[in-house]
Amino acid sequence: MRFAISANRLLDGIVVFFDLNNRWVDQLSSAGLYASKDEAEAALVVARLDQTRNVVVEPYVFEVRAEGAPVAHHIREAIRAAGPTVRRDHGKQAER
Amino acid sequence: MYRYDEFDAGFVNDRVAAFADQVARRLSGDMTEDQFKPHRLMNGLYLQLHAYMLRVAVPYGTLSARQMRKLAFIARRYDKGYGHFTTRQNIQYNWPALADTPAILEELASVEMHAIQTSGNCIRNVTADHFAGAAADELDDPRPYAEILRQWSSIHPEFSFLPRKFKIAVNGATRDRAAIQTHDIGYQIVRNGEGEIGFAVYVGGGQGRTPMIAKKIRDFLKIEDLLAYTQAIVRIYNLEGRRDNKYKARIKILVHEKGLDWMRQAVEAEFVSASRDYIALPDSEIARIKAYFAPPDLSARASSQKFAARRMSDPRFAGFVTTNVATHKVDGYGIVTISLKPIGGIPGDATAEQMEIVAALAERYSHDEIRVSHEQNLVLPHVALDDLPVVYDELLASGLATANAGLISDIIACPGMDYCSLATARSIPVAQRISERFGDGPRARDIGALKIKISGCINACGHHHVGHIGILGLERKGVETYQITLGGTGDETCSMGTLTGPGFSSEEVVDAIERIVDAYMELRSEPGEDFLMAFRRLGMQPFKEALYETSKGADI
Repeated sequence: MRFAISANRLLDGIVVFFDLNNRWVDQLSSAGLYASKDEAEAALVVARLDQTRNVVVEPYVFEVRAEGAPVAHHIREAIRAAGPTVRRDHGKQAER
Repeated sequence: MYRYDEFDAGFVNDRVAAFADQVARRLSGDMTEDQFKPHRLMNGLYLQLHAYMLRVAVPYGTLSARQMRKLAFIARRYDKGYGHFTTRQNIQYNWPALADTPAILEELASVEMHAIQTSGNCIRNVTADHFAGAAADELDDPRPYAEILRQWSSIHPEFSFLPRKFKIAVNGATRDRAAIQTHDIGYQIVRNGEGEIGFAVYVGGGQGRTPMIAKKIRDFLKIEDLLAYTQAIVRIYNLEGRRDNKYKARIKILVHEKGLDWMRQAVEAEFVSASRDYIALPDSEIARIKAYFAPPDLSARASSQKFAARRMSDPRFAGFVTTNVATHKVDGYGIVTISLKPIGGIPGDATAEQMEIVAALAERYSHDEIRVSHEQNLVLPHVALDDLPVVYDELLASGLATANAGLISDIIACPGMDYCSLATARSIPVAQRISERFGDGPRARDIGALKIKISGCINACGHHHVGHIGILGLERKGVETYQITLGGTGDETCSMGTLTGPGFSSEEVVDAIERIVDAYMELRSEPGEDFLMAFRRLGMQPFKEALYETSKGADI
């Protein structure tokens, strides 16, 4: 199991992911993956600076499976990373 | 319908300006999220799974064509071309940008709408029978009283920080279409022995994790005392309701823990002793508000030949009339339910184009009136039967003529995990698959009246407790599972559903529903005995047997 960091962008609320260059990206496939929870928590401290800077809201760590392209482990996170399963024309899945 | 006076307009515009300032300060960094969150919630703006969500109040579910067109405009301009009508007679936009919300609220204010008190621990949108002012079984129109309550409760300083949210519903007909017994306060309009109109008052109902049927606290309340009595109830709740535990903070818990007698005594004492200054309703004020809801000038029409001929020649039209047209209080008119439950569709969703078509139909054929029902449908309340064929044809051309109102595919479903950050499972896909399984054809019509209601978490926005068949989506070890309850109803015979037993996976749940429905079809005494009646006669056992019967012989 790997770990990644997500938040919502303040301006429009859209889901974003933290990458290894400390930038926020739109797709989970570009997100930074951390080998351990501790490593992810350390990165979260950096990510939280962007909450203070009013770039994002409520960053947090979640579990990712990464055999090939990263996939959120929990269904809630998977839906969040893709968009509504009942509207494939909206959300991240529509932008790929 | 009600028109804002200077006070209403001033207060809504002030709120838009205040919120625009708060958003600007949030975006510039002058406010933190913790500081900003209470302000955005007070203006109906949530942060959900994918984006912000704006919940707009539709007071007692009544809209004009102009307002509906504005909702369509907002959907197209600021969202993704659609909106979601909710079980609280409101509309939600799923994708607004924070930066756009002041402009959206300004647009809403221009048609006398807002998003105030659609969130937070305050008195929420007051709901009412969606057939109000039109239903044949109505004693009095509930909307003037709902409007009086709305005005009184809007930014009420004493009641803006209650222990928890507070929901009031008003019903004026013999059939309870407003589900008043599942509300914090339910007002049922009744006539007393002297022939006076007033209210029977129910308190402490609600769904969520602790479902409770409201208890009757007073048999008859004079109309002039509506606000004084509401104030007494909410004041006792505000003082005595629990604040130590969010899950025990609703008034239903107070009534349950202290007992109805205690509650009645406390409320009556407060009601008798409180000053009536500014809160007694003089006849003149009631008449003033009632005038806004005066019924349209409908004179009784002779039986419509056009209508009768089409009904004879077109079975689909005839089917639509049977399910989607209710009896109007004036002869020659009908109340048309526009189903937002196309087979396999998303319950409650409407595109901007559909909203505009409904607006145009309302303007031309329903005296400029539209209703939003808590069952997530739209209603044209005053349609002449003569006009019904043309209204039907237009609905048909726009994908809005699904003839399933009240049938098994007219399913209530909350947004569930597809949109909601609180959800523990998805609701909409389950609704879609059940809808596809049963459809709106002969099979659905043969099954008859059957309300399926689906919630994606224990908060019960999908009203599963009062579904004839209720479905609750939960998470078990990271997997969606669905519990089934039977025998609930939100009408005047209100009852909470009973759990059947162990839950079902997403793959199993539609088959499980079908086994229940098949058992009903086999067990009903006659086609007129609907599902709820059959359940009440037979009890849980035969349904349980059908549901959990292992496939005989499969193991041999």
